[in-house]
Amino acid sequence: MPKEVKTVPDLIKRIKEKVRPVRFMEVCGTHTMAIAKYGLREILPPEIELLSGPGCPVCVTSQGDIDLALELAARPGVTLFTFGDMLRVPGASGSLESVRAQGAKVHILYSPLDCLQYAINHPQEEIVFLGVGFETTAPTVAVAIEQALAHKVNNFSVLSFHKRVVPALQALVSGGNTAIDGFLLPGHVSSILGREPYEFLAREYNKACVITGFTAEDILLGLLMLLSQVENKSYRVEIQYKRGVNPEGNPQALAYLAKYFTPVETTWRGLGPIPESGLGLNEAYKDFDAFRRFSLQLGRKEIPTACSCGEILKGLKRPEDCLLFANQCTPLEPVGPCMVSSEGSCAASYHYRR
Amino acid sequence: MSQDRILMSHGAGGLKTYQLIKEIFHKHFANPILTRELDAGLFPGTPGRWAMTTDSFVVKPLFFPGGDIGKLSVCGTVNDLAVSGAKPLYLTSSFILEEGLPLIDLEKIVASMAHTAREAGVQIVAGDTKVVEKGSGDGVFITTTGLGLVPGEIDYSPQHIQPGDKVIISGPLGQHGLTIMAARGNLPVTSSLVSDCACLHELLNPLHSPEIRCMRDPTRGGLATTLNELALQSGLGILLEEGAIPRDPAVEGLADLLGLDSLYLANEGKAVVIASPQAAPRVLAQLRNHPLGRQTSLIGEVTGEAAGQVLLQTDLGTKRVLRMPAGELLPRIC
Repeated sequence: MPKEVKTVPDLIKRIKEKVRPVRFMEVCGTHTMAIAKYGLREILPPEIELLSGPGCPVCVTSQGDIDLALELAARPGVTLFTFGDMLRVPGASGSLESVRAQGAKVHILYSPLDCLQYAINHPQEEIVFLGVGFETTAPTVAVAIEQALAHKVNNFSVLSFHKRVVPALQALVSGGNTAIDGFLLPGHVSSILGREPYEFLAREYNKACVITGFTAEDILLGLLMLLSQVENKSYRVEIQYKRGVNPEGNPQALAYLAKYFTPVETTWRGLGPIPESGLGLNEAYKDFDAFRRFSLQLGRKEIPTACSCGEILKGLKRPEDCLLFANQCTPLEPVGPCMVSSEGSCAASYHYRR
Repeated sequence: MSQDRILMSHGAGGLKTYQLIKEIFHKHFANPILTRELDAGLFPGTPGRWAMTTDSFVVKPLFFPGGDIGKLSVCGTVNDLAVSGAKPLYLTSSFILEEGLPLIDLEKIVASMAHTAREAGVQIVAGDTKVVEKGSGDGVFITTTGLGLVPGEIDYSPQHIQPGDKVIISGPLGQHGLTIMAARGNLPVTSSLVSDCACLHELLNPLHSPEIRCMRDPTRGGLATTLNELALQSGLGILLEEGAIPRDPAVEGLADLLGLDSLYLANEGKAVVIASPQAAPRVLAQLRNHPLGRQTSLIGEVTGEAAGQVLLQTDLGTKRVLRMPAGELLPRIC
């Protein structure tokens, strides 16, 4: 890519020179928010359609998983720790926010390590961390388990709903989804995974791929690089976000993932069950696995709603195409999680629409 | 005081209550109206219009960088008077104390209130104390009611806002909200943030003129929420220029990390002033001349379009809507 192209007007000019009708998917929720926040759709040519993918961890957590967390939080003696976004996500029978109001002990934290100190100070309580997130968050959970072992903390466990990005992308493209010409790949997750896990997208499915950062310039440059790949039909995984991503990823974080977690089938909201797309705790750490500790059963029935989150996550619909959007489903009373999370594509469309 | 914690008997109305009032509240709040120990504070009548407001304070933690619940309970009510155009004169304070509260903490809070009130030139003329069982409160809850006097010609109201009016903010945003989050001790970073908690009447009272349409202090919900309220109440639109909004780098760095927007974070020492285009340069100069207003900036203007909406013109020249927030601010996951 030409190095001299740096400023937003330059980038827009170059994009307009290369533009053709294309549909690119930004996989990561942070990209979705950044695109909306900078108002990039306003200055991009209309031929470029941007779709929001399954990269917001809150959005892809299934209703059944939420219900499981609600059930666990309501058990006497259990204190559940969660990241803030999860608080308002609706399950079939309420949200963590509503069970908290009914007396369940639900706390917000910023790092899984925070609940260890709480566990030490409250030995009579069962401390459960609600593990939601991708390969970026899971290593910090692994560190928390390592610390729990080191300090012999026996009242701490993890309800792991962690997910892996690559199997979801595999599921998106292998279904013969031709609606997508290329992917703006997530900067943060890729800083852990590196480039190699995405290569199949270019090699086997002819999708343009650029691992992209989060400033307006990053995103526009990422789009320009995608357009070049499409123009030249030279599909590969390029790294625009070089200041954040090494081609080989983060070996230390990958080692933590491999040691503490094992790929398991998990259900994604909208996408359904995907083999090896979740991260369950390894057998060696089963004492820290809330599923086993509390004999929880996965696979509960989901109550269908008119919510189009699934098609939106696959890039087949836009938030505005959903019947519920901005009517029955708003940030104040969300139906689907894409409206709850600050990174959800529906919330982004809602907050920044004009 | 022989006991070092609040007991239920401190709220029972007997000798212990009397002791508490004398030895902590009257000691620090002493003024001629209060020390008459009547059931109501009596003060001289003054011609003019009175402004009256009330606010409750439930902050956790009780002490934080830049202030404490006592200082906050004075500043918050004084500021509501100040943005109404009033000169703050009198406060009442009502305390809900939780059984077990260390008396030393209570005295620190009361002393801080007294200090803040003295600096602000307001008198605390009446008060009340109740004690609730341990577990039924969170240390201390304080409610203050304020009374102030509004000069004859002053009538600040969103109804007076007109297209073309300028939007002015007295400094960078989000310092109080983020300081409180950080002081709760569960942020993954150590921060050097300090709350902006301050009484604003000495900054704002000298601005008085009919050319000032309206003032607000953007507390809970931040600047975005306050401006949305003004847009709805005036039936006009507000267009902000992103690049003109003053920023505190410490706030922005941490807010960015947490996925929070400083435009939605609480402030306790900032004012938004809506002024006529003619008055705007004078307002800017006057505010910047005061220590609490050094970073005052003109950040946008009122428009006849997009009625009831606040738009932000980004640094890229694009526009987006700043909406009312849906609920409590929640940090994101990744």
